[in-house]
Amino acid sequence: MTDLAADTRKVQKSWKDIDLRAVAPFVALALLLILGAIANPNFISIDNLLNVITRSAFIAIIAVGATFVISAGGLDLSVGSMVAFVASLTIMFMNSGVIADPATMLVVAMVLAIVIGAACGLANGLITTRGSIEPFIATLGTMGIYRGLTTWLSQGGAITLRSPDIHSLYRPAYFGAVLGIPVPIIIIVVTAAVGAFVLHKTRFGRHVLAVGSNEDVARYSGIPVERVRTMTYVIQGLCVAVACLLYVPRLGSTSATTGLMWELQAITAVVVGGTALRGGVGRIWGTICGAFVLEIVGNIMLLSNFVSEYLIGAIQGAIIIVAMLVQRSLVRKS
Amino acid sequence: MRKRILGLAVAMTALMGVAHAQDKKVTVGVSIPAADHGWTAGVVFHAERMAKLLMSQHPGLKVIVKTSPDPATQANAVQDLVTQGINALVILPSDPDPLVNAIKEVKNKNIFVALVDRAPSNNDNSVRDLYVAGNNPALGATAGEYIKKNTPNAQVAVIRGLPIPIDQQRQDGFDKAISGSNVKVLAKQFGNWNRDDAFKVMQDYLTKFPKIDVVWCQDDDMAVGVLQAIDQAKRTDIQYVIAGAGSKEMVKKVMDGDKLVPVDVLYPPAMVATAMELTAANFYNQAPVRGSYILDATLVTKANAKDFYFPDSPF
Repeated sequence: MTDLAADTRKVQKSWKDIDLRAVAPFVALALLLILGAIANPNFISIDNLLNVITRSAFIAIIAVGATFVISAGGLDLSVGSMVAFVASLTIMFMNSGVIADPATMLVVAMVLAIVIGAACGLANGLITTRGSIEPFIATLGTMGIYRGLTTWLSQGGAITLRSPDIHSLYRPAYFGAVLGIPVPIIIIVVTAAVGAFVLHKTRFGRHVLAVGSNEDVARYSGIPVERVRTMTYVIQGLCVAVACLLYVPRLGSTSATTGLMWELQAITAVVVGGTALRGGVGRIWGTICGAFVLEIVGNIMLLSNFVSEYLIGAIQGAIIIVAMLVQRSLVRKS
Repeated sequence: MRKRILGLAVAMTALMGVAHAQDKKVTVGVSIPAADHGWTAGVVFHAERMAKLLMSQHPGLKVIVKTSPDPATQANAVQDLVTQGINALVILPSDPDPLVNAIKEVKNKNIFVALVDRAPSNNDNSVRDLYVAGNNPALGATAGEYIKKNTPNAQVAVIRGLPIPIDQQRQDGFDKAISGSNVKVLAKQFGNWNRDDAFKVMQDYLTKFPKIDVVWCQDDDMAVGVLQAIDQAKRTDIQYVIAGAGSKEMVKKVMDGDKLVPVDVLYPPAMVATAMELTAANFYNQAPVRGSYILDATLVTKANAKDFYFPDSPF
């Protein structure tokens, strides 16, 4: 009851108390939407926006996991390779035909993907915590391992889902829609909601932020620092697995180049979303917003008629920096 | 009895004589990049396939296939091959210019050198005896010619690879082929020879242009993403997609008469096999092979598709 009272009082405090740092990414997103509408009227069409948000699903979902890892003061460079590795193993399992019924096969394969993802994350976590290796180096190592194993499994080529039954059964997971909303968008929202709940409303979430802001203080406060850190990598692995569950039905195949550079996009999304790279602060919805910003920047570039195809990379980089500057100036004014 | 033994001995001598003639000892070293994407995976597959085939045809022939992930490793691999006493080197350099000195050194030891696909800036007989390559400008030109002939007023969306010379040569070939015609290029964007990126670019093209007649996407890997995007948008205005390389997936579609993929343009990883075959011919058949052997960017159609279909290849 007292909690409730406290809550209402918080709401009653004027809008000046709204954390501008948390709002800033959304302002940047709104500015981009306006820019996009000016660049090409088709941009603001529902179809285009749904397309763009749908395909940002991979980065958005992976970045939810990355928010946990980064706010606990860690870093995971292996996520892109992990997508390739988990998705490849999942497809190979589906191709193995050990279960005849396509529906059962699909469910088992999906569970398997989740398990593999969690295991890959656990490996990253244990190497960094138990092995006391800098996360940058540890996950750089596993990045090479997961990528190399994928290349080996595919012999450098592509791993393609062979059974048309499973593919047609699975296809709606990416291309389907519920009440007009594409499935991947629903998955983004659910993943983010769960992530935000865990990070902000549970003891574990508070531990994550505490470990990220000051490891020593956290340790003296009796927080099992190693275990919390390891768990953030497992969460990252789970998020990668969820992204794979959406990735596999899209093209039904993986190759040695699947997920290349996705780790950098995920980290960028997290930072654009307002999470500090040094740890201690985590903003799940900001991260999602950051992932949208990245995808929309690319989309605007392609839809606009005035940017040479050779200059796209430069303009993208500039837009991201401008978006960050807008955020910073907002925060300073507060 | 005696006669029979004598007969047998004669027969055996005769057989051994034949065997001897065939048993000319030749060792061929093959140095290729490691399989890091679809096309190089195809190169490895075809090099190994041809090695087996040649060794079974010529009992005295030994073919050693070595793959290397980068130019420095490949330079070492070439040295190792030379130490093993090779008579010929077939090399597809991962990057030709850093490797040109290593190749020259081999050539100076009077070893037959066959260079495949990627040529250094000074590609003459001081570097190699035989040069086998695909034709990048023709890959673009063949696609352009096909579009000009079959859909003279087509609006074409173009997806390019990466901004590197090969890509530019292909694009120039294409532009030249359609220049002066009514074929109109709507837009050009880079898809990085990657399925996922091509999917995104195609989605955006579909948003941007209400009517697209033809998509030229240069590469079979990118075509996978393009086709998926078209399928998702349920657009029926696109008449066909032209890709290139000759992957089993796309050649199969051509073979099966897929309406959206009526043709494919060849830039085959199997060219390494051509170089190996010609190198073997140099030693066993006394056929002159020195010079340049440029493969056409053949148009794969339903009629000839089966010649280019390798179901066991990873590419």
